[in-house]
Amino acid sequence: MKELKILAVVVFFTLLTYWGVEPYAHSVMHPHIESKGFKYDDLKPLAKKGDAAKGAETFMNAGCIGCHGVKSQGMPAPMDPNAAAASFGVNPPDLSDAGAVYDAKFLADLIANPEHALMVEHKFSKAGRSFPMTAFYGLGGDKDQEIADIVAYLQSIAPKAEKVTPKMAYEAACGRCHAMHYDKWTQIGERPTFKYKIDELKFEEKVLDYQDKLTKYLGKLPPDLSMYIRSRGEHYINTFMEDPQALLPGTAMPRVGVSKESAEKVLEYLTEVGDRKHAERDSVGKIVMIYMFIFAFLAYLWKQSIWKELH
Amino acid sequence: MAHFEKAHSLEEWLDQRLAIKTLRRVLAEEYWIPKNINFLWAMGMVLAVTFGILVVSGIFLLCYYQPNVNLAFDSVNYTIMQEVEFGWLWRHVHAVAASVVFLIIYIHMFTGIYYGSYKKGRELIWISGMLLFVSFSAEAFSGYMLPWGQMSYWAGMVITNLFSLGSLELNGLVEWIRGDYVPGQAFLNRFFMLHVFLMPLIIMALIGLHFGTLRIPHVNNQDGEEIDFEEEAKKYLSGKKKEAKVIRFQPDFLSKDMFVVAVFLIFFFYLVFWHYDFAMDPINFDPADGLKTPTHIYPEWYFLWSYEILRPFPKDPGLIAFGFAQVIFFLLPFLDRSPNVAPASRRGKFAVWFWVLLVDMIVLTVMGKLPPMGIYSTIGLLAASLFIILWIALPFITKNEKAV
Amino acid sequence: MADNGRRDFMGKVFGGWAALGGLGALYAAKKSWDPLPSVKAAGFTKVDLSAAEPNVLNIEKWRGKPIFILKKTPEIVAKQTKEESARDVVVGKDHFLVCIGLCTHLGCIPAYRPDKHDFKCACHGGEFDVSGINTLPPPPSPMVIPPFKIEGTTLILGEEGPEYKKMKEAGVIA
Repeated sequence: MKELKILAVVVFFTLLTYWGVEPYAHSVMHPHIESKGFKYDDLKPLAKKGDAAKGAETFMNAGCIGCHGVKSQGMPAPMDPNAAAASFGVNPPDLSDAGAVYDAKFLADLIANPEHALMVEHKFSKAGRSFPMTAFYGLGGDKDQEIADIVAYLQSIAPKAEKVTPKMAYEAACGRCHAMHYDKWTQIGERPTFKYKIDELKFEEKVLDYQDKLTKYLGKLPPDLSMYIRSRGEHYINTFMEDPQALLPGTAMPRVGVSKESAEKVLEYLTEVGDRKHAERDSVGKIVMIYMFIFAFLAYLWKQSIWKELH
Repeated sequence: MAHFEKAHSLEEWLDQRLAIKTLRRVLAEEYWIPKNINFLWAMGMVLAVTFGILVVSGIFLLCYYQPNVNLAFDSVNYTIMQEVEFGWLWRHVHAVAASVVFLIIYIHMFTGIYYGSYKKGRELIWISGMLLFVSFSAEAFSGYMLPWGQMSYWAGMVITNLFSLGSLELNGLVEWIRGDYVPGQAFLNRFFMLHVFLMPLIIMALIGLHFGTLRIPHVNNQDGEEIDFEEEAKKYLSGKKKEAKVIRFQPDFLSKDMFVVAVFLIFFFYLVFWHYDFAMDPINFDPADGLKTPTHIYPEWYFLWSYEILRPFPKDPGLIAFGFAQVIFFLLPFLDRSPNVAPASRRGKFAVWFWVLLVDMIVLTVMGKLPPMGIYSTIGLLAASLFIILWIALPFITKNEKAV
Repeated sequence: MADNGRRDFMGKVFGGWAALGGLGALYAAKKSWDPLPSVKAAGFTKVDLSAAEPNVLNIEKWRGKPIFILKKTPEIVAKQTKEESARDVVVGKDHFLVCIGLCTHLGCIPAYRPDKHDFKCACHGGEFDVSGINTLPPPPSPMVIPPFKIEGTTLILGEEGPEYKKMKEAGVIA
């Protein structure tokens, strides 16, 4: 009994210290922000029902492919990533998967008013710079309808949601700014293996050139995300993806507008790359715990068998 | 040359040459421990086991770690954590054990303070233990540099800057310690050497000394009773085990130790697999960047109390207070003027002193982690001042203590 | 005395269980020393054979070892014994020697002598013919043929293709 009392005192002070330096201190240092579930309530819902066939036509006439490629439809990007970054600061995304990766409301708002959807006004119009993507002013008909048609078109050509792999979601939503070198990903694509040093250096030069342009465009090179699942944790990444300004006011990182499912996929990818032994840790952990409980039980029996002669 | 007879068993063969039976008797079976103890007496064994775990897991980390500023981070976070089979296990075990070992050290220390186990012939036990505490601190700090993450780099920067000793501005000394103007390759290499060679060597030697200092004064007991070990051992050996006030180290004491170790390991492995952030700070999963300080930097939890004694004062007094905190525990056996060897609960004012010190150090620990703003700074300053006052007051409190 | 027995017994059970845990840790320790996935993944090398020139030794690196690739001239092929031809890697009409370029004596790299169409090891004087078969001791056996696969004119080292398996069945590769 006395030993249990002593144990209670030890446990109490240990937990008190733990509570102070971990949960309490961290709640003071990092204010908690809840995810709103990627609903994007500040954006208005699509009023009109889009027609994909008409949308295809509108898409072509609106001049989207002047900057964007749609590889799945046989429309390659008009420029390579380096040339594109030289003109725009960043490589405009290929839109093959856009309909699946991004939220529909977000896409509609993005077409009508890119800076607003991306929440980067503080870095562009309000800072006296013009945003590289021009807003869509309509082709003369009902603009809302036209936008709804384009969104419908993008959704119709996109792969089904379940066909979008975690890696595809990452590449579309994050990969043009963030490298992931633990998975050989650079901002201009996957790093191939080279037989000759010179080819490797040529590729490296392209990567560095792209990164320089990106740094100029954003003010700072976006970090490599290889270890972000461990350095930031799921909760932070999730809420940051949804609304970067809420956690890091003034950041150059745009709101990326991913759907809830895509956000989950991005997180899955970050875990695959940054914490790939996560599942193994759980399963080995269970075995070790079972072993340890039996270990403790046997140790107790041994102790009892010896000490009953001593008391 | 001694005369050797043909041995009939391996044990006998070894005994002829190494006297293992005598060794076993002297070191284990007739190494007498008081019976009147509780589980806190097993903390030494828990520490020995944890140190063993640290050595073994460290060996495997050493097989893949690269002490190079360009490779260190990836060798830890990619090669060890993701490529090497069970590399993640060694790292989690190593990191968590390095943190938990300090929890046990603190419990071990406060047990010693509470029961007065640093007096009347036991001074060297305390002093060698404090030396171990300091070397473990150096070991922990040097190890913390090795993943070369943001916390490694900035902890290296801040802690080495302490050696400029405030207004003395010994910048040359700081540069000498780093081998560079900032923590760089030379710094990483020498801290790597300290962590994997010199400090472990010193620690192992000190562990030997610590065990040695126990031999003559023997382990204290729950009531601080002076036991005639030879007399009690005779009782035990003559079969009066229940009456004897002593037990053998092996198997009596060991069996109890092992049960405590087992309970500890359950707790330890739970932390290793599911609750490791406290020991593996997320910020250190960002690679070192000499041009960007993290928003919040703080030492590992076990250094926080002394860090907080440094922080709330102006630069020079802060350093002096910090230096005071580092050495004052060494002087405990001499600052405590009472001859009583007894649990604090029977020692009147000393009991108050003990609990106030404990709570004060917890407050310092928590304030050390919180950002130094507003009320936290004030509480930190008060707690740091209280810490100093407590130690200055100790001789006066204990001088006129009634004999128990 | 009975008590003593039970005491020792529990001690042994506990010790045994602890030893079992030690074995588990040893298993993890053993696995930790296995070659890394990145090392294993790098175990494949592609070589384009279309540009190979006859009688010029090409040395490629595969799994850290030198691989000899030699396109044989028609004259050499015509003169070959059956045993020698069995070791040829045939791509289209061309016959190649493909082998790990390490002497089977103690692992030095033999040099090719284009005029004599053979290999000479500088370390202890061993010799191999143009098919990598040992002709002068000390090497005890022919140079080893690595697992390969042919895809068009590309040779993939590290993968076992049908041609390699056939050689294995024929007993050319030990």
